[in-house]
Amino acid sequence: MRFSMLPKIFTQMFKKPYTNKFPAKYTPSSTTKFLADVGAGKAKLIPPVETPKGFRGKIQYDKEKCIGCKLCIKVCPSGAIDFKPEDKKIKIYLARCTFCSQCTDVCPVNCLSMSDEFLLADSDKYSPELIVE
Amino acid sequence: MKQKSTTKTSYHIPIGPIHPALKEPVFFEFEIDGEKIVDVDVKLGHVHRGVEWASRRRNPVQILYLAERICGICSYCHPAAFTLAVERIAEIEVPERAEYLRVIQGELERICSHVLWAGVAAHEIGFDTVLYLTWQIRERALDLTEFLTGNRITKGIMMIGGIRRDITPEMIPRIKKDLEHFKKDFETLRHVFLDDKTVKMRSQGAGILTKDEAMKLCAVGPTGRASGVKKDARFGESYFAYGDLDIDLITPDVLTGEVNGDVYDRIIQRLLEVKQSIELIEQSMDKMPSGDILAEPKIPKLLAQLKKASGEAVGRHEAPRGEVIHYVKLDGNENPYTWKVRAPTYNNILPWIPMLKGEQIADIPIVAASTDPCMSCTNRVAIVQGSKRYNLNKEELHRLSIEKTRRLMK
Repeated sequence: MRFSMLPKIFTQMFKKPYTNKFPAKYTPSSTTKFLADVGAGKAKLIPPVETPKGFRGKIQYDKEKCIGCKLCIKVCPSGAIDFKPEDKKIKIYLARCTFCSQCTDVCPVNCLSMSDEFLLADSDKYSPELIVE
Repeated sequence: MKQKSTTKTSYHIPIGPIHPALKEPVFFEFEIDGEKIVDVDVKLGHVHRGVEWASRRRNPVQILYLAERICGICSYCHPAAFTLAVERIAEIEVPERAEYLRVIQGELERICSHVLWAGVAAHEIGFDTVLYLTWQIRERALDLTEFLTGNRITKGIMMIGGIRRDITPEMIPRIKKDLEHFKKDFETLRHVFLDDKTVKMRSQGAGILTKDEAMKLCAVGPTGRASGVKKDARFGESYFAYGDLDIDLITPDVLTGEVNGDVYDRIIQRLLEVKQSIELIEQSMDKMPSGDILAEPKIPKLLAQLKKASGEAVGRHEAPRGEVIHYVKLDGNENPYTWKVRAPTYNNILPWIPMLKGEQIADIPIVAASTDPCMSCTNRVAIVQGSKRYNLNKEELHRLSIEKTRRLMK
């Protein structure tokens, strides 16, 4: 058979594209202006594809619950967690985090959890957005 | 660069380390006579990342995530082989349910990898519509992976003494539905690859690796099996739950009745393995007993147990590209004494030379891609003196190897 892909291509022509056009249908000429418009309510953002249950995103830290046992520091594969000796709490640098969720598994008081937030791009790796404490 | 030519009319073409035709850095030196390849030389070691060195400062649980990052496509196989080795040293008994769950994850990864490979192979012969078709299938496989493990690529599912996530009864309908889709997709792919004239014209008789050469050069995985070498770690060594599952070793003669060892056979081999993987997942889902998924759910306790353990072991797992071997030695410290990784591509590089000799220049991409190379996984050592690289010959390497064995035995 010579053209085995042809039927597939023809059916494909009448199908809706699978791609989710995030964040806008067409590339905005200025991203910052587009985001400002979204903030002001002038433009609409196409939401990203929903994450499944159990997705490993940005870490959430409940400071009050933390007992400072340092177990998370012991198992963190990338050394993303720092200990603050003065108040016996931890500081997580998300720029180093590999989102393996091992710290949330090991935590004896469950003060760490994974959220579904994944839009974490930043130009500064020490920006307050990327440090959880 | 090699200056000596075998004949007067031949000339040399260097390709790489960085070249548009290559996905990853590797250096080829071809000796060409007209359109024909007379000789090939391959040089590796352009992407050494010091993964094994980094393990010296980490405990076994941390190494699981480091092992995952050796290869993006085999991100389950490396932690799996490492875990097998560590479990053997610490004599950890893995719950039966976890063994079945491990098979499901391993086979799902094989589907992802082989489908991706089929797309790349089609792209290399200029059949780009198939590339997009395979990407569509792979997208579904990745979505299922995300659903089961939490992430698409770096799964983070392996744990020493079991597995981190269970498959709950609510998840089963979704998995069954996706498996049905894979079966349908497999039929489409089989039809495109095996019945299409274009694929046959480019791949039949190209890049032949005979059984003798495959044995001599230690080809592993689908590359070896497509040449008729009946070798598969899943059958040779009954680990995980493979011993309880009903599986047969596949070589291309199952379908065509003969083994040629060409690119076409390697395509058949991988496609048949996709089908086998779907069947294995279905079997595991049916046979899976209920019970625990971790031998030791408390990680601090597990780490203390591993700290006490000492000894050495080898972990073997059949990755999509072939057999991956991890050697681990623990000596009663928190961090392992040594960890050595042998990725399957390492064995599948030398078979390139007999495959490429006598072929045309235009066949280089498809023949090279037919072993499913993954260069970054293979680089374990870079020897630099001053600012210059130098090569070690066989005698020197042998001497170094003996010295290391002596050192480890102390």
